Amino acid sequence: MELSKCSLEMLREMGLRSVEELFADVPKEIRTGGLKLPEGMSELELRRELGTMLSSNRTSSARPCFLGAGVYNHFIPAAVKAVVSRSEFVTAYTPYQPEISQGMLQSLFEYQSYMAELTAMDVVNCSMYDASTALGEAVLMANRISGGDKFLISRAVSPEKKAVAALYARGADIKIIEVAYEPTTGLVDLSDLKSRLTEGVSGFYFETPNFLGPIETRCSEIREVLGNRTMVVGVNPMALALLKPPGEMGADIVIGDAQVFGTPMNLGGPMIGIFGCKSDHVRKMPGRLIGMTTDLEGRRSFCMTLQTREQHIRRSKATSNICTNEALLAVTAAAYLAVVGRSGLRQIAAKNVENMKSLTSRIGAVKGFKAPHFKAPHFNEFVVKSDIPAARLHDELLMRGIQGGWVLEGAFPELKHGTLYATTEMHTRQDHDRLLTVLEALR
Amino acid sequence: MRYHQAVHEVPVIFEGCEKAPAEGGFDPTVGGALPRELLRSELNLPDLAERDVVKHFTNLSQMNFGVDNGLYPLGSCTMKYNPKICDEVVSWSSVTDIHPLQDPSTIQGALKLMYELERMLCEIGGVDAVTLQPAAGAHGEYTGIHLVKAYHEAKGETRKEIVLPDTAHGTNPASAAMVGYDVLELPSKEGCVDVEALKSAVSKDTAAFMLTNPNTLGIFEKDVIEIAGIVHDAGALLYYDGANLNAIMGKTSPGKMNFDIVHFNLHKTFATPHGGGGPGAGPVGVKSSLQDFLPVPMIVFDGQKYSLDSSRPKSIGKVRAFFGNFAVMVRAYAYIKMQGGEGLQAASENAVLNSNYIKEKLKGDLELPYGNLRKHEFVLSGKPLKSKGVRTLDFGKRLLDYGYHAPTVYFPIIVDEAIMIEPTETETKETLDRFIEVCKAIIAEDPELLKAAPQNTARRRLDEAKAARDMIFSWKAFEKKSAGKA
Repeated sequence: MELSKCSLEMLREMGLRSVEELFADVPKEIRTGGLKLPEGMSELELRRELGTMLSSNRTSSARPCFLGAGVYNHFIPAAVKAVVSRSEFVTAYTPYQPEISQGMLQSLFEYQSYMAELTAMDVVNCSMYDASTALGEAVLMANRISGGDKFLISRAVSPEKKAVAALYARGADIKIIEVAYEPTTGLVDLSDLKSRLTEGVSGFYFETPNFLGPIETRCSEIREVLGNRTMVVGVNPMALALLKPPGEMGADIVIGDAQVFGTPMNLGGPMIGIFGCKSDHVRKMPGRLIGMTTDLEGRRSFCMTLQTREQHIRRSKATSNICTNEALLAVTAAAYLAVVGRSGLRQIAAKNVENMKSLTSRIGAVKGFKAPHFKAPHFNEFVVKSDIPAARLHDELLMRGIQGGWVLEGAFPELKHGTLYATTEMHTRQDHDRLLTVLEALR
Repeated sequence: MRYHQAVHEVPVIFEGCEKAPAEGGFDPTVGGALPRELLRSELNLPDLAERDVVKHFTNLSQMNFGVDNGLYPLGSCTMKYNPKICDEVVSWSSVTDIHPLQDPSTIQGALKLMYELERMLCEIGGVDAVTLQPAAGAHGEYTGIHLVKAYHEAKGETRKEIVLPDTAHGTNPASAAMVGYDVLELPSKEGCVDVEALKSAVSKDTAAFMLTNPNTLGIFEKDVIEIAGIVHDAGALLYYDGANLNAIMGKTSPGKMNFDIVHFNLHKTFATPHGGGGPGAGPVGVKSSLQDFLPVPMIVFDGQKYSLDSSRPKSIGKVRAFFGNFAVMVRAYAYIKMQGGEGLQAASENAVLNSNYIKEKLKGDLELPYGNLRKHEFVLSGKPLKSKGVRTLDFGKRLLDYGYHAPTVYFPIIVDEAIMIEPTETETKETLDRFIEVCKAIIAEDPELLKAAPQNTARRRLDEAKAARDMIFSWKAFEKKSAGKA
């Protein structure tokens, strides 16, 4: 590698002849002698090659996609992208120096404020990696709050989340026990829940709407049944524009994913885990918190606070190992909510319900299909049962350029021929028509 | 040449929200297709004009400092310049508008990119297989320690302890503890691993030894092969914290140093922007003896098409939903492709050159403990300032006044008044010379100026104790507190 004039000058000033002298402490026996990677590309070459490579991806903008299952396709106003791509936000590190980082800190405080309002929880941290890891952390936190060595999780939870929660629980020697859902409503089976509340159970996690679509209608009964055990509720924050918030139903911890607020699907990453709790539990909480304070001149200011919970101070005694989180997505969520406003958000959420209503009734009207499978209120996601195997339905749709819902029977064998469909404000009447045309041809 | 950050009066976005009734107000019948008893009765969010929202966040952004604003020598964070093309490609619809559960036949481009990124990371890390699933460095550590656990359990062994040096990043012990391990912190000797102490510390209870090389002092642990031997002879595994990988690309690799498990920080070494705290990505690479334990799904290629393999009975399962932070991976892929093998090696060489250059110029003004040669970062002690009644904290704050982000301070803890500087390879000699000049000027300045710093930033020093005491984490809490006072 030829050195630049400046590099040579720097070496000369240091009394060295080559950069190699700076690696004199790396023993010969462990030298690799370079990297076996192709030569570098120009920006133009990269753009061409990457463009070609990625062009084989079939996008939701090119053809209708009815997948949800935790990642949703929502509209993103141009103003959101514009403000969030400000490089002062994008290229900053964690705001360790608050005096020079007020922009990020105030934006994160605003994110926390938006989430606290939507969920009606006292405290929401400034993000976890995604909802699945938020659940993992919630299992650990429930254990810190209520003690015990077991934790209950509703069966109507995504297999991805269950897998992640299982891993987090395993690390802490906590046993996860599943609670059944009612076969007709898809809601938490209260009698099964009661029967599983044995000694050592620290808490229970359920969702509303749950993974299979139903909105839980008996949260207060669940709260009562749990007694002083920790109640962890999973939400779709978009649905909270309309629905009674978990904070009003006695939740101790609330988790969810704020990807729906301004972040594209991006093949499922990055996402942004919401993590909120009651103020009593704040010192047991994982993740960064932004607090309000004042500066020397008495001006309102923001900084990271209660850091004694965190790894860089407490090391092995920290409440979590999390350091890097999803800060920029939190700013995105705040900017999204600011742009759409309360009225806009409620209209968007209502449009989701309307599309769900319309699509379920149209699918349900086709012979050989039932939608929604569960007798319960839904938001924008629901189970479709078909006379034909779900995998065949999937293939038939794919052949006609439609990405159908998620085939359930692998993870939920009891839902034979079941598929999980999502529809958002992004679907037009024509998108629904295209799906219906195929379904009708199949009957 | 002084720096002045913008100071805007930006109210919290909720401020005045109730006073100005939102257009249309709160209509509880919106969402009327849902049963009334499920609907909420209030939601105090502001309705704002787009114009005002853009003004709000634009002004806030001007009160924030990123790499694009200037030198960001935050040690251990590798705040290098992020090429703009990497941000542009992730705005393409072929990246943004794909769903993780799509039929694999419809995301072949994305799978190919991830597959190739895994192979490139294998080459850089000297490992045999990589998972891209972890969302951050600490999450990579967490994944890696689960792999450690699975490895020993598969051999029918229960080992209780993870050993690491006292200079380790805080995430190391925290990650180990989260997987249920006891943590043993080993005092360093002359800034490096105390080989004799390590020998007596490891036992049949040791599951792994975690190390970053170069270590957090920027010193290359040249006894690494002996260390690996000691660890492996005890039947334990060697874990590489990849936070400092930017020092060694093309020169050596964790695999070549006999590490078994390594995490990469794509947001450090591979130039993906840090977003004010995230997203990052923390892929984990392993030697072949551990690859069966990696998270599912694995991306496989049969020579024609890419598919997902989830039937791996020894796998630890999943550490995160879906594939990981895909948009971050695309940026890192673009960066590596543009650099090429030689470019990455040059990046490490220049990072080490820049770091040593500043160190040489400043070591006479502040103290440099433990030998001389450093890699991509170095740690000075601010002890000499103490006689003037000035602390490292003051020095860092004063740098802000000159338009530099402060270095990492008070870490690692074995250096009194630590100042950890990592300039990265993307800064020019001119920038470094100016920074050196400013550091020297600050050291000579009136101590009162340092103690009163910063003064040119959007805020002066904060009352951090008040933040911890008041516990105001939301606008709602602020209003409640204000109402209580009134």
